[in-house]
Amino acid sequence: MNPDEPLWEVFIRSKQGLDHKHVGSLHAADAQMAIENARDVYTRRMEGVSIWVVESKNIHASNPDEAASLYDPAADKIYRHPTFYDLPDELKHM
Amino acid sequence: MATEVFQKIFDDKVSREIKIEPKDWMPGDYRKTLIRQISQHAHSEIVGMLPEGNWITRAPSLRRKATLLAKVQDEAGHGLYLYSAAETMGITREEMVDQLLTGKAKYSSIFNYPTLTWADIGAIGWLVDGAAIMNQVPLCRASYGPYARAMIRICKEESFHQRQGFEILLTLCRGSKEQKEMAQDALNRWWWPSLMMFGPNDDASPHTEQSIRWKIKRFTNDELRQKFVDICKEQAEILGLTIPDPDLKWNEETNHYDFGEINWDEFWNVVKGNGPCNKERLNARVTAHKNGEWVREASIAHARKRKKTLTAQKN
Repeated sequence: MNPDEPLWEVFIRSKQGLDHKHVGSLHAADAQMAIENARDVYTRRMEGVSIWVVESKNIHASNPDEAASLYDPAADKIYRHPTFYDLPDELKHM
Repeated sequence: MATEVFQKIFDDKVSREIKIEPKDWMPGDYRKTLIRQISQHAHSEIVGMLPEGNWITRAPSLRRKATLLAKVQDEAGHGLYLYSAAETMGITREEMVDQLLTGKAKYSSIFNYPTLTWADIGAIGWLVDGAAIMNQVPLCRASYGPYARAMIRICKEESFHQRQGFEILLTLCRGSKEQKEMAQDALNRWWWPSLMMFGPNDDASPHTEQSIRWKIKRFTNDELRQKFVDICKEQAEILGLTIPDPDLKWNEETNHYDFGEINWDEFWNVVKGNGPCNKERLNARVTAHKNGEWVREASIAHARKRKKTLTAQKN
Protein backbone atom coordinates (compact mmCIF):
# COMPACT_ATOMS: atom_id res chain seq x y z
CA MET A 1 0.00 0.00 0.00
CA ASN A 2 1.18 3.51 -0.81
CA PRO A 3 2.16 4.92 2.63
CA ASP A 4 1.43 8.48 1.46
CA GLU A 5 -2.21 7.65 0.80
CA PRO A 6 -3.21 5.28 3.59
CA LEU A 7 -6.58 3.60 4.05
CA TRP A 8 -9.20 5.29 6.23
CA GLU A 9 -12.34 3.78 7.73
CA VAL A 10 -15.38 6.00 7.37
CA PHE A 11 -18.16 6.33 9.95
CA ILE A 12 -21.29 8.35 9.27
CA ARG A 13 -23.99 9.71 11.53
CA SER A 14 -27.10 9.52 9.39
CA LYS A 15 -29.24 11.71 11.64
CA GLN A 16 -28.70 13.91 14.67
CA GLY A 17 -29.15 11.70 17.76
CA LEU A 18 -28.01 8.45 16.13
CA ASP A 19 -24.64 6.70 16.44
CA HIS A 20 -21.96 6.97 13.80
CA LYS A 21 -21.96 3.77 11.78
CA HIS A 22 -19.20 2.22 9.73
CA VAL A 23 -19.96 2.61 6.02
CA GLY A 24 -16.74 1.66 4.24
CA SER A 25 -13.23 2.85 3.58
CA LEU A 26 -11.17 4.99 1.22
CA HIS A 27 -7.67 6.27 0.55
CA ALA A 28 -6.55 9.84 1.28
CA ALA A 29 -3.35 11.73 2.03
CA ASP A 30 -4.59 13.09 5.38
CA ALA A 31 -7.63 13.22 7.66
CA GLN A 32 -9.03 16.42 6.19
CA MET A 33 -8.93 15.04 2.65
CA ALA A 34 -10.34 11.74 3.89
CA ILE A 35 -13.36 13.63 5.22
CA GLU A 36 -13.76 15.51 1.94
CA ASN A 37 -13.51 12.28 -0.05
CA ALA A 38 -15.95 10.57 2.32
CA ARG A 39 -18.41 13.40 1.66
CA ASP A 40 -18.18 12.68 -2.10
CA VAL A 41 -18.12 8.89 -1.89
CA TYR A 42 -20.55 8.15 0.93
CA THR A 43 -23.00 11.05 1.21
CA ARG A 44 -24.09 11.86 -2.34
CA ARG A 45 -27.74 11.50 -1.29
CA MET A 46 -27.78 13.29 2.06
CA GLU A 47 -26.92 10.09 3.94
CA GLY A 48 -25.09 11.93 6.70
CA VAL A 49 -24.89 14.89 9.05
CA SER A 50 -21.48 14.03 10.49
CA ILE A 51 -18.43 12.09 9.32
CA TRP A 52 -15.68 10.39 11.31
CA VAL A 53 -12.57 9.02 9.65
CA VAL A 54 -10.01 6.80 11.38
CA GLU A 55 -6.85 5.57 9.78
CA SER A 56 -7.41 1.84 9.34
CA LYS A 57 -4.09 0.92 10.97
CA ASN A 58 -5.39 2.43 14.23
CA ILE A 59 -8.29 0.02 14.45
CA HIS A 60 -7.63 -3.01 16.60
CA ALA A 61 -9.99 -5.90 16.16
CA SER A 62 -10.76 -9.02 18.16
CA ASN A 63 -9.69 -12.31 16.61
CA PRO A 64 -12.67 -14.15 15.09
CA ASP A 65 -10.98 -17.51 15.80
CA GLU A 66 -11.12 -16.73 19.50
CA ALA A 67 -14.76 -15.65 19.45
CA ALA A 68 -15.96 -18.76 21.29
CA SER A 69 -13.72 -18.25 24.31
CA LEU A 70 -13.90 -14.45 24.20
CA TYR A 71 -17.65 -14.34 24.61
CA ASP A 72 -17.90 -17.47 26.73
CA PRO A 73 -18.23 -15.62 30.07
CA ALA A 74 -21.57 -14.11 29.03
CA ALA A 75 -23.02 -17.33 27.67
CA ASP A 76 -24.35 -18.80 30.95
CA LYS A 77 -25.65 -15.62 32.56
CA ILE A 78 -29.22 -15.36 31.39
CA TYR A 79 -30.03 -13.79 34.77
CA ARG A 80 -28.71 -10.57 33.26
CA HIS A 81 -31.95 -10.33 31.28
CA PRO A 82 -35.17 -9.08 32.92
CA THR A 83 -37.19 -12.06 31.64
CA PHE A 84 -35.15 -14.42 33.86
CA TYR A 85 -37.14 -13.47 36.98
CA ASP A 86 -40.40 -15.24 37.95
CA LEU A 87 -42.87 -12.62 39.05
CA PRO A 88 -46.68 -12.70 39.37
CA ASP A 89 -48.80 -11.36 36.48
CA GLU A 90 -50.60 -8.92 38.81
CA LEU A 91 -47.34 -7.03 39.34
CA LYS A 92 -47.60 -3.91 37.17
CA HIS A 93 -45.15 -1.25 35.95
CA MET A 94 -41.97 -3.29 36.40
CA MET B 1 -6.06 -25.71 14.32
CA ALA B 2 -5.75 -27.91 11.26
CA THR B 3 -6.94 -26.71 7.85
CA GLU B 4 -9.76 -29.29 7.86
CA VAL B 5 -11.17 -27.75 11.02
CA PHE B 6 -11.06 -24.25 9.52
CA GLN B 7 -12.62 -25.55 6.32
CA LYS B 8 -15.43 -27.13 8.33
CA ILE B 9 -16.12 -23.88 10.20
CA PHE B 10 -16.13 -22.00 6.88
CA ASP B 11 -18.46 -24.49 5.16
CA ASP B 12 -20.76 -24.43 8.15
CA LYS B 13 -20.98 -20.64 8.11
CA VAL B 14 -21.68 -20.54 4.39
CA SER B 15 -24.39 -23.17 4.65
CA ARG B 16 -26.06 -21.33 7.54
CA GLU B 17 -25.94 -18.03 5.60
CA ILE B 18 -23.52 -16.47 8.08
CA LYS B 19 -21.36 -13.91 6.27
CA ILE B 20 -17.62 -14.46 5.92
CA GLU B 21 -15.70 -11.40 7.14
CA PRO B 22 -12.19 -10.22 6.21
CA LYS B 23 -10.39 -11.70 9.22
CA ASP B 24 -12.14 -15.08 9.02
CA TRP B 25 -10.29 -18.06 7.60
CA MET B 26 -11.32 -18.79 4.02
CA PRO B 27 -10.14 -21.22 1.33
CA GLY B 28 -7.45 -19.81 -0.97
CA ASP B 29 -9.59 -20.33 -4.06
CA TYR B 30 -12.53 -18.50 -2.48
CA ARG B 31 -10.26 -15.53 -1.86
CA LYS B 32 -8.81 -15.72 -5.37
CA THR B 33 -12.23 -15.97 -7.01
CA LEU B 34 -13.57 -13.02 -5.06
CA ILE B 35 -10.54 -10.82 -5.63
CA ARG B 36 -10.91 -11.47 -9.35
CA GLN B 37 -14.66 -10.95 -9.40
CA ILE B 38 -14.76 -7.84 -7.18
CA SER B 39 -11.83 -6.13 -8.89
CA GLN B 40 -13.26 -6.86 -12.35
CA HIS B 41 -16.51 -5.44 -11.16
CA ALA B 42 -14.74 -2.31 -9.87
CA HIS B 43 -12.86 -1.91 -13.16
CA SER B 44 -16.18 -2.20 -15.02
CA GLU B 45 -17.63 0.67 -13.01
CA ILE B 46 -14.61 2.84 -13.75
CA VAL B 47 -14.37 2.01 -17.47
CA GLY B 48 -18.16 2.21 -17.63
CA MET B 49 -17.92 5.95 -17.09
CA LEU B 50 -16.22 6.40 -20.48
CA PRO B 51 -18.99 5.58 -22.99
CA GLU B 52 -21.38 7.87 -21.11
CA GLY B 53 -18.83 10.57 -20.42
CA ASN B 54 -18.75 10.93 -24.19
CA TRP B 55 -22.24 12.50 -24.06
CA ILE B 56 -22.12 14.73 -20.97
CA THR B 57 -21.16 17.85 -22.92
CA ARG B 58 -23.70 17.06 -25.64
CA ALA B 59 -26.74 16.13 -23.55
CA PRO B 60 -29.81 17.75 -25.11
CA SER B 61 -30.92 19.69 -22.01
CA LEU B 62 -29.66 20.83 -18.64
CA ARG B 63 -31.90 18.24 -16.94
CA ARG B 64 -30.42 15.42 -19.02
CA LYS B 65 -26.92 16.72 -18.42
CA ALA B 66 -27.36 16.95 -14.63
CA THR B 67 -28.80 13.41 -14.40
CA LEU B 68 -26.13 11.92 -16.65
CA LEU B 69 -23.43 13.61 -14.58
CA ALA B 70 -24.97 12.23 -11.39
CA LYS B 71 -25.08 8.75 -12.91
CA VAL B 72 -21.44 8.89 -13.97
CA GLN B 73 -20.48 10.20 -10.51
CA ASP B 74 -22.30 7.25 -8.95
CA GLU B 75 -20.30 4.89 -11.13
CA ALA B 76 -17.05 6.38 -9.85
CA GLY B 77 -18.41 5.88 -6.33
CA HIS B 78 -19.40 2.29 -7.08
CA GLY B 79 -15.90 1.58 -8.36
CA LEU B 80 -14.49 2.94 -5.11
CA TYR B 81 -16.83 0.87 -2.88
CA LEU B 82 -15.77 -2.23 -4.78
CA TYR B 83 -12.04 -1.50 -4.76
CA SER B 84 -12.28 -1.10 -0.97
CA ALA B 85 -14.17 -4.38 -0.66
CA ALA B 86 -11.47 -6.15 -2.72
CA GLU B 87 -8.73 -4.56 -0.58
CA THR B 88 -10.15 -6.29 2.51
CA MET B 89 -9.03 -9.55 0.89
CA GLY B 90 -5.39 -8.51 0.81
CA ILE B 91 -4.83 -7.03 -2.65
CA THR B 92 -3.70 -3.38 -2.75
CA ARG B 93 -5.31 -0.56 -4.70
CA GLU B 94 -2.09 -0.03 -6.64
CA GLU B 95 -2.01 -3.66 -7.74
CA MET B 96 -5.57 -3.45 -9.01
CA VAL B 97 -5.06 -0.16 -10.84
CA ASP B 98 -1.90 -1.59 -12.34
CA GLN B 99 -3.73 -4.73 -13.53
CA LEU B 100 -6.33 -2.55 -15.23
CA LEU B 101 -3.88 -0.17 -16.88
CA THR B 102 -1.58 -2.90 -18.17
CA GLY B 103 -4.53 -4.74 -19.69
CA LYS B 104 -4.03 -7.73 -17.41
CA ALA B 105 -7.40 -7.35 -15.75
CA LYS B 106 -10.72 -7.75 -17.50
CA TYR B 107 -13.78 -5.56 -17.25
CA SER B 108 -17.25 -5.99 -18.65
CA SER B 109 -17.03 -6.20 -22.45
CA ILE B 110 -20.14 -4.12 -22.89
CA PHE B 111 -18.06 -0.98 -22.39
CA ASN B 112 -16.02 -1.78 -25.48
CA TYR B 113 -18.92 -0.75 -27.71
CA PRO B 114 -19.22 2.87 -28.91
CA THR B 115 -21.96 5.37 -28.00
CA LEU B 116 -22.81 6.76 -31.42
CA THR B 117 -26.01 8.72 -30.73
CA TRP B 118 -27.85 10.26 -27.77
CA ALA B 119 -30.28 7.33 -27.87
CA ASP B 120 -27.36 5.09 -26.88
CA ILE B 121 -27.35 6.80 -23.48
CA GLY B 122 -30.99 5.77 -23.11
CA ALA B 123 -30.24 2.22 -24.24
CA ILE B 124 -27.32 1.92 -21.84
CA GLY B 125 -29.45 3.00 -18.89
CA TRP B 126 -32.30 0.70 -19.81
CA LEU B 127 -30.40 -2.38 -20.97
CA VAL B 128 -26.86 -2.22 -19.62
CA ASP B 129 -27.85 -0.97 -16.19
CA GLY B 130 -30.89 -3.26 -16.33
CA ALA B 131 -28.67 -6.29 -16.94
CA ALA B 132 -26.22 -5.10 -14.28
CA ILE B 133 -29.04 -4.77 -11.73
CA MET B 134 -30.27 -8.26 -12.62
CA ASN B 135 -26.77 -9.57 -11.89
CA GLN B 136 -26.21 -7.43 -8.82
CA VAL B 137 -29.39 -7.85 -6.80
CA PRO B 138 -28.57 -11.49 -5.93
CA LEU B 139 -25.00 -10.40 -5.10
CA CYS B 140 -26.41 -8.38 -2.18
CA ARG B 141 -26.70 -11.81 -0.52
CA ALA B 142 -23.18 -12.93 -1.44
CA SER B 143 -21.43 -14.84 1.34
CA TYR B 144 -18.57 -12.34 1.66
CA GLY B 145 -19.69 -9.51 3.96
CA PRO B 146 -17.82 -6.51 2.51
CA TYR B 147 -18.88 -7.43 -1.05
CA ALA B 148 -22.51 -7.93 -0.06
CA ARG B 149 -22.57 -4.60 1.79
CA ALA B 150 -21.05 -2.76 -1.18
CA MET B 151 -23.62 -4.36 -3.47
CA ILE B 152 -26.52 -3.26 -1.26
CA ARG B 153 -25.32 0.32 -1.47
CA ILE B 154 -24.80 0.06 -5.23
CA CYS B 155 -28.21 -1.48 -5.94
CA LYS B 156 -29.95 1.22 -3.93
CA GLU B 157 -28.29 3.89 -6.03
CA GLU B 158 -28.56 2.14 -9.36
CA SER B 159 -32.31 2.03 -9.79
CA PHE B 160 -32.34 5.67 -10.88
CA HIS B 161 -29.80 4.83 -13.56
CA GLN B 162 -32.15 2.46 -15.29
CA ARG B 163 -35.12 4.76 -14.94
CA GLN B 164 -33.28 7.73 -16.42
CA GLY B 165 -32.31 5.59 -19.42
CA PHE B 166 -35.83 4.39 -19.98
CA GLU B 167 -37.12 7.95 -19.73
CA ILE B 168 -34.67 9.07 -22.43
CA LEU B 169 -35.88 6.32 -24.77
CA LEU B 170 -39.53 6.95 -23.95
CA THR B 171 -39.12 10.62 -24.83
CA LEU B 172 -37.44 9.74 -28.13
CA CYS B 173 -40.08 7.12 -28.93
CA ARG B 174 -42.85 9.64 -28.40
CA GLY B 175 -41.01 12.25 -30.47
CA SER B 176 -40.51 12.60 -34.21
CA LYS B 177 -40.14 9.73 -36.65
CA GLU B 178 -36.38 10.35 -36.77
CA GLN B 179 -36.12 10.27 -32.99
CA LYS B 180 -37.97 6.98 -32.78
CA GLU B 181 -35.72 5.52 -35.46
CA MET B 182 -32.72 6.64 -33.48
CA ALA B 183 -34.08 4.78 -30.44
CA GLN B 184 -34.70 1.64 -32.49
CA ASP B 185 -31.20 1.82 -33.92
CA ALA B 186 -29.74 2.06 -30.42
CA LEU B 187 -31.77 -0.97 -29.30
CA ASN B 188 -30.59 -2.89 -32.37
CA ARG B 189 -26.97 -2.26 -31.49
CA TRP B 190 -27.17 -2.72 -27.69
CA TRP B 191 -29.54 -5.68 -27.38
CA TRP B 192 -27.17 -8.55 -28.13
CA PRO B 193 -24.15 -7.15 -26.26
CA SER B 194 -26.47 -6.67 -23.26
CA LEU B 195 -27.46 -10.35 -23.34
CA MET B 196 -23.75 -11.22 -23.45
CA MET B 197 -23.27 -9.35 -20.15
CA PHE B 198 -24.57 -12.41 -18.31
CA GLY B 199 -21.55 -14.37 -19.50
CA PRO B 200 -21.23 -17.69 -21.35
CA ASN B 201 -23.99 -20.31 -21.33
CA ASP B 202 -24.06 -22.48 -18.21
CA ASP B 203 -22.45 -25.45 -19.97
CA ALA B 204 -19.51 -23.21 -20.93
CA SER B 205 -19.15 -21.56 -17.53
CA PRO B 206 -17.02 -23.91 -15.45
CA HIS B 207 -16.80 -21.69 -12.34
CA THR B 208 -20.52 -21.15 -11.85
CA GLU B 209 -21.09 -24.35 -9.90
CA GLN B 210 -18.35 -23.62 -7.36
CA SER B 211 -19.48 -19.99 -7.00
CA ILE B 212 -23.01 -21.14 -6.29
CA ARG B 213 -21.71 -23.63 -3.72
CA TRP B 214 -19.80 -20.79 -2.05
CA LYS B 215 -22.95 -18.66 -2.22
CA ILE B 216 -21.20 -15.94 -4.16
CA LYS B 217 -23.60 -16.49 -7.05
CA ARG B 218 -27.23 -17.40 -6.45
CA PHE B 219 -28.37 -17.96 -10.02
CA THR B 220 -26.66 -19.24 -13.15
CA ASN B 221 -25.86 -17.03 -16.14
CA ASP B 222 -28.67 -18.54 -18.21
CA GLU B 223 -31.24 -18.16 -15.44
CA LEU B 224 -30.47 -14.46 -15.08
CA ARG B 225 -30.38 -13.92 -18.85
CA GLN B 226 -33.82 -15.53 -19.20
CA LYS B 227 -35.27 -13.27 -16.49
CA PHE B 228 -33.80 -10.26 -18.27
CA VAL B 229 -35.27 -11.23 -21.66
CA ASP B 230 -38.71 -11.81 -20.14
CA ILE B 231 -38.73 -8.40 -18.49
CA CYS B 232 -37.29 -6.47 -21.45
CA LYS B 233 -39.73 -7.90 -23.98
CA GLU B 234 -42.60 -6.32 -22.12
CA GLN B 235 -40.76 -3.07 -21.49
CA ALA B 236 -39.92 -2.79 -25.21
CA GLU B 237 -43.65 -2.91 -25.95
CA ILE B 238 -44.22 0.14 -23.75
CA LEU B 239 -41.61 1.95 -25.84
CA GLY B 240 -43.12 0.61 -29.07
CA LEU B 241 -39.71 -0.73 -30.12
CA THR B 242 -38.90 -4.10 -31.65
CA ILE B 243 -36.25 -6.32 -30.09
CA PRO B 244 -33.93 -7.34 -32.94
CA ASP B 245 -34.44 -11.09 -32.61
CA PRO B 246 -36.71 -12.98 -35.03
CA ASP B 247 -36.67 -16.01 -32.71
CA LEU B 248 -38.03 -14.12 -29.73
CA LYS B 249 -41.43 -15.60 -28.90
CA TRP B 250 -43.51 -16.69 -25.96
CA ASN B 251 -43.24 -20.34 -25.03
CA GLU B 252 -46.42 -21.65 -23.39
CA GLU B 253 -44.64 -24.67 -21.96
CA THR B 254 -41.77 -22.94 -20.23
CA ASN B 255 -43.68 -19.76 -19.44
CA HIS B 256 -40.71 -17.79 -20.74
CA TYR B 257 -39.71 -16.13 -23.97
CA ASP B 258 -37.55 -18.22 -26.26
CA PHE B 259 -34.78 -16.24 -27.88
CA GLY B 260 -32.15 -16.64 -30.57
CA GLU B 261 -28.60 -17.89 -30.30
CA ILE B 262 -26.02 -15.38 -29.09
CA ASN B 263 -23.04 -14.78 -31.35
CA TRP B 264 -20.41 -16.24 -29.02
CA ASP B 265 -17.61 -15.65 -31.54
CA GLU B 266 -18.26 -11.93 -31.21
CA PHE B 267 -18.37 -12.27 -27.41
CA TRP B 268 -14.99 -14.01 -27.17
CA ASN B 269 -13.50 -11.69 -29.74
CA VAL B 270 -14.38 -8.63 -27.63
CA VAL B 271 -13.22 -10.37 -24.43
CA LYS B 272 -9.88 -11.03 -26.13
CA GLY B 273 -9.43 -7.34 -26.81
CA ASN B 274 -10.70 -6.98 -30.38
CA GLY B 275 -13.96 -5.13 -29.74
CA PRO B 276 -14.65 -1.79 -31.41
CA CYS B 277 -13.34 0.30 -28.47
CA ASN B 278 -11.03 -1.92 -26.36
CA LYS B 279 -7.93 0.09 -27.24
CA GLU B 280 -9.65 3.44 -26.94
CA ARG B 281 -11.01 2.62 -23.46
CA LEU B 282 -7.69 1.40 -22.12
CA ASN B 283 -5.86 4.38 -23.59
CA ALA B 284 -8.37 6.73 -21.99
CA ARG B 285 -7.75 5.13 -18.57
CA VAL B 286 -3.97 5.22 -18.97
CA THR B 287 -4.08 8.87 -20.04
CA ALA B 288 -6.42 9.80 -17.18
CA HIS B 289 -4.10 8.08 -14.71
CA LYS B 290 -1.08 9.90 -16.12
CA ASN B 291 -2.86 13.25 -16.21
CA GLY B 292 -3.94 12.74 -12.61
CA GLU B 293 -0.39 12.18 -11.40
CA TRP B 294 0.13 15.83 -10.45
CA VAL B 295 -3.11 15.83 -8.45
CA ARG B 296 -1.98 12.84 -6.41
CA GLU B 297 1.43 14.42 -5.88
CA ALA B 298 -0.13 17.76 -4.94
CA SER B 299 -2.46 16.16 -2.40
CA ILE B 300 0.45 14.38 -0.73
CA ALA B 301 2.53 17.59 -0.70
CA HIS B 302 -0.45 19.47 0.72
CA ALA B 303 -0.91 16.87 3.46
CA ARG B 304 2.78 17.18 4.42
CA LYS B 305 2.58 20.96 4.52
CA ARG B 306 -0.60 20.91 6.60
CA LYS B 307 0.98 18.46 9.04
CA LYS B 308 4.01 20.73 9.42
CA THR B 309 1.81 23.77 10.11
CA LEU B 310 -0.22 21.86 12.68
CA THR B 311 2.92 20.62 14.44
CA ALA B 312 4.36 24.14 14.49
CA GLN B 313 1.16 25.50 16.03
CA LYS B 314 1.28 22.90 18.80
CA ASN B 315 4.88 23.70 19.74
